[in-house]
Amino acid sequence: MIEKILNEITLKVWRQKNATAKGAFETYTVKNISTDTSFMEMLDILNYQLVEEGKDPIAFDHDCREGICGTCSLFINGRAHGPDNDITTCQLHMRKFKDGETITIEPWRGTAFPVTKDLIVDRNAFEKILYAGGFVSVNTGGVPDGNAIPIGYDESESAMDAAACIGCGACVATCKNSSAMLFVSAKVSHLARLPQGKVEAVKRAKSMVAKMDELGFGGCSNTGACEIECPKGISIASIAKLNREYLTAKFME
Amino acid sequence: MTVLNSKIPKGPLAEKWSEHKAKINVVSPANKRKLDVIVVGTGLAGASAAASLAELGYNVKAFCYQDSPRRAHSIAAQGGINASKNYQNDNDSVYRLFYDTIKGGDYRAREGNVYRLAEVSGSIIDQCVAQGVPFGREYGGLLANRSFGGVLVSRTFYARGQTGQQLLIGAYGALNRQISTGKVELFSRHEMLDIVKIDGKARGIVARDMVSGEVKKYGAHAVVIATGGYGNVFFLSTNAMGCNGGAAWQSYKRGAYMSNPCFVQIHPTCIPVHGDQQSKLTLMSESLRNDGRIWVPKKKEDAEKLQKGEIGPNDIAEEDRDFYLERRYPSYGNLVPRDVASRAAKERCDAGFGVNNTGLAVYLDFKYSIERLGKDVIEARYGNLFQMYEKITDVNPYGEPMQIYPAIHYTMGGTWVDYNLMTTIPGLYSIGEANFSDHGGNRLGASALMQGLADGYFVLPYTIGDYLANEIQTPKIDTNAPEFEEVAKDVKNRLDTLMAIKGTKPVDYFHKKLGKVMWDYVGMSRNAKGLQKAIELIAEIKTEFWADVRVPGEQNELNQELEKAGRVADFIDMADLMARDALARNESCGGHYREESVTEEGEAMRNDEIGCYASAWEFKGEKEEPHMHKEELKFETVELTQRSYK
Repeated sequence: MIEKILNEITLKVWRQKNATAKGAFETYTVKNISTDTSFMEMLDILNYQLVEEGKDPIAFDHDCREGICGTCSLFINGRAHGPDNDITTCQLHMRKFKDGETITIEPWRGTAFPVTKDLIVDRNAFEKILYAGGFVSVNTGGVPDGNAIPIGYDESESAMDAAACIGCGACVATCKNSSAMLFVSAKVSHLARLPQGKVEAVKRAKSMVAKMDELGFGGCSNTGACEIECPKGISIASIAKLNREYLTAKFME
Repeated sequence: MTVLNSKIPKGPLAEKWSEHKAKINVVSPANKRKLDVIVVGTGLAGASAAASLAELGYNVKAFCYQDSPRRAHSIAAQGGINASKNYQNDNDSVYRLFYDTIKGGDYRAREGNVYRLAEVSGSIIDQCVAQGVPFGREYGGLLANRSFGGVLVSRTFYARGQTGQQLLIGAYGALNRQISTGKVELFSRHEMLDIVKIDGKARGIVARDMVSGEVKKYGAHAVVIATGGYGNVFFLSTNAMGCNGGAAWQSYKRGAYMSNPCFVQIHPTCIPVHGDQQSKLTLMSESLRNDGRIWVPKKKEDAEKLQKGEIGPNDIAEEDRDFYLERRYPSYGNLVPRDVASRAAKERCDAGFGVNNTGLAVYLDFKYSIERLGKDVIEARYGNLFQMYEKITDVNPYGEPMQIYPAIHYTMGGTWVDYNLMTTIPGLYSIGEANFSDHGGNRLGASALMQGLADGYFVLPYTIGDYLANEIQTPKIDTNAPEFEEVAKDVKNRLDTLMAIKGTKPVDYFHKKLGKVMWDYVGMSRNAKGLQKAIELIAEIKTEFWADVRVPGEQNELNQELEKAGRVADFIDMADLMARDALARNESCGGHYREESVTEEGEAMRNDEIGCYASAWEFKGEKEEPHMHKEELKFETVELTQRSYK
């Protein structure tokens, strides 16, 4: 770890008091930031400073700070989760920035994700999509032995690839149409690839897509931007799998 | 005479749970529909309990402080979940899992509870598979296993390095299904701030809507706390930033006893602290100890050169490397339990052999397994962990060993519960990490997920019926009752007080200060003098906090500083109880290492004559000292021996 110190960083941050208030960018300066400091720790330092100065700190979502809970968001210099690949914002470190740089920080944008405060958005629409069928309909108890149904290694691995989705919403924030196709397809293909989830696969695809449309997410035009910004590397091959299940549903109507 | 009744069923160990289930009350489906249950927390324990209770027909209200139940910190568990399936034909059994857990916990857990945990472990795997959890598999299509610390069999099921997330998605799916049917009402971004008792029974909670700031009252026939541990007392830990002990602490202040608060797990393999701007520590899964070898230089001059950055780890010759775990514990080697591994790392670093610029790190080296198995195999097993390590440290662990150091990870202590998982407040239950029941003085790896899901899927749904069967005549709880009004007033007063201090220092100032005191005096190594000093320092921090904290903004809006202030106020109180508990336990056991109780070789020395108890602290009032009750631990099946992993 070769630590360096960034003497000064300028931040342009979106501030918005609440969901109905009008927001605007404000400019702040932070000094003496170690390159080993994470982006969120840099924001902690700024907030500490703001509280000491008697100002309102910046509200931003974060929790596990190890890239798995999907709470953190932030559009940094025009990129979801900032200027690095395969990470969430909480895994972004200041070594990715230059001394004297100006960094622009915005919340996720998208009609289905309204701003709650400052950099925090409401992602409840994702929950509603999952209520529409993002599960296997089994109760606790009365299930067969875990080894009763063998699952091929490759099938299991590809289900795992899709199941890696953390529900952060970077795909929606990145998409020019604010489409949730990558999120929906990840869940549909995770479950459709396993025998346990296959039973309801067609019904699931149909009702989740219907819910996604109803909630105001846009359509998918296959630009692939979501795949690039997905911190968990979910592939748009999932979308093809979703389309297959969805077409089967339509065909059966 | 003790006031504690653990309600452990009589009879042979292997039959206790079956016997108990056969005898306890059951509620009819028609009556379940009339009963409400509140579940606070939506991690593995909370989500599995809420979903299972709703499937049974109860009306459930689930609460979480996160914006989605899926984000609860169970999600961060990496390595795996134990179950005694014996799929590997390596002579595993319910008894062996029970024995490993009791021994791993240094004989400070109840036999009855631990046996039950081992007994239901197999069903958890079946349940998760049925939900679509993509566990790792062999080419023949059957489930794969890996080894974990403190055991000699392979019984750990895993989903790459994100087992916690996959299990939680399973439980969250079950929860979502119940939300969609209306049987669960979910309150996300709501933080429980107090519990309401009517005629001595838990009847509801008071929670703050974290978006509007509104303080709200919720009633139910029973309340379940599934809010995890209190590791964030130490400021730096592997817990999520929002993890807090608030719900458990408020329950304590309303009459639920706290058990073994000094039992804290310090995990040996975390990425070392880099400086004072750090906000949290990141765990590197214990599963890495399957294939990584832990070492420091044999020569102090090499360690000094490494600390100054003059040489790198690959410059140290093979014969100059001290694989100290393999040297000290030949039979378990790098897979000794967590407490043993952590202390051994501290011992080497304290002796001056640590690496990193701080001297507070040891190496976890994959060179040897890469030579033996090839890079591809290691990448398939741990790829995401290696990627995570590189993103944080900017070092490629395929080419250079990882640097690791122990960090606060898990709390074995928690709310005291009986065999039914009920606290000393009738109708208040505590499950998962929030309770104290199964891990004794040290938790084995891959057992937290097992316990959370055991409690939520297969224990609580049965035992809560025993209590609720006597509540079928109780009408819906009226949240306009004076008891609710009073608690809501207390909550508002406390929020008002925090806002009104308008001091000079941000909440983090106090949290960091508290964390340092706890790490220095109530951390990996403890002694009477240091613990007494900690109690004094904690009292000073408390006084300063309530005089000088600055909480900006307003109450009736999203206010993250206010949320933190309330949690840190609780942490300060909890820290005091942890130090008192550590002081009272004048023996070393599990993660609790008292310098007064060690062998000549410096190993922890348990003292069963004085230490064979679970403490249960009773709150006596803000100005009074807490009172410790003792639940004597009786061992009917296992013989108590000094743990040896040599």
